[in-house]
Amino acid sequence: MESITLKKLKERFFDSVIETHSFRGDDTAVVKRVDIVEICRFLKEMPELSYNFLMDLTAVDYLGKKEPRFEVVYHFYSLKNKQRVRIKVPLPEADPTIDSVSSLWSVANWLERECWDMFGIRFNGHPDLRRILLYEEFQGHPLRKDYPVDKRQPLALPESHT
Amino acid sequence: MALEDALGGSVVLSRLDRALGWARKYSLFLYPFVTACCGMEFMAAAASHYDIDRFGAGLPRFSPRQADVLFVVGTISQKQAPILKRVWEQMCEPKWVVAFGGCTCSGGPYDNYATVQGIDTIVPVDVYIPGCPPRPETVLDGIMKLQEKIQNQKQEI
Repeated sequence: MESITLKKLKERFFDSVIETHSFRGDDTAVVKRVDIVEICRFLKEMPELSYNFLMDLTAVDYLGKKEPRFEVVYHFYSLKNKQRVRIKVPLPEADPTIDSVSSLWSVANWLERECWDMFGIRFNGHPDLRRILLYEEFQGHPLRKDYPVDKRQPLALPESHT
Repeated sequence: MALEDALGGSVVLSRLDRALGWARKYSLFLYPFVTACCGMEFMAAAASHYDIDRFGAGLPRFSPRQADVLFVVGTISQKQAPILKRVWEQMCEPKWVVAFGGCTCSGGPYDNYATVQGIDTIVPVDVYIPGCPPRPETVLDGIMKLQEKIQNQKQEI
């Protein structure tokens, strides 16, 4: 039986939901990127759903395995209903950008920065999209599958006082 | 007539050098720059059981300005590199650097985007102590190697 969450989502965003599945109670919806902020707002603010907790935001690189290459994954939890849902958004290699949800959850600010840092996915409308774990001089995005495993990076050393 | 000539060449200077070397090698003030699991092994090696005080290295200082041996203990990430460099620059001469453990010697098991492949890419290293982590005996051997080096080097006054 299809869960209420996926049913509501499909009713409201008929054009944007690409597919859904619900394996052993794990609700997952694959959606298009155009409506991501509206979908998140709907999940958060609909009283029956109230997915008020963004647990995780990350990305996957399916280089050579799947088209389009990237997928951004959101995990939501409803503290009220004790329900989880997973939203996946495929992004093409040529233009890996998606709208930021940091206006809905403050935690998305840092999670999206990490996602940019590691996968090079740009979040439109993010207030401060800088690297968070690595340093400014770092070249490339290390969790992309085509990042060379033995690549050497320039050291970021301070100006010497001597 | 210069004092050196009166006493036959460089006799006085070389003796002073040796005396200074002897004094310096038994008066090591360590600054432990501890970042990872090797730190626990360093604590074990520096505690009473192995009696590191025999080598005059029993009193770690926790400010680089008060120390003359920089013990780099544990994995150094690329983001740690500028901090390590600055700490080294803050130490007064004469100063020495010991790389403690495989990670500081060569990056150890971490050949990846985040880890510095040996701290000798950042600061000059005098003694490398390999091991993951090094046994206390290896650490003591490393300190003795450092003492040997201090004894035999040209002493800056």
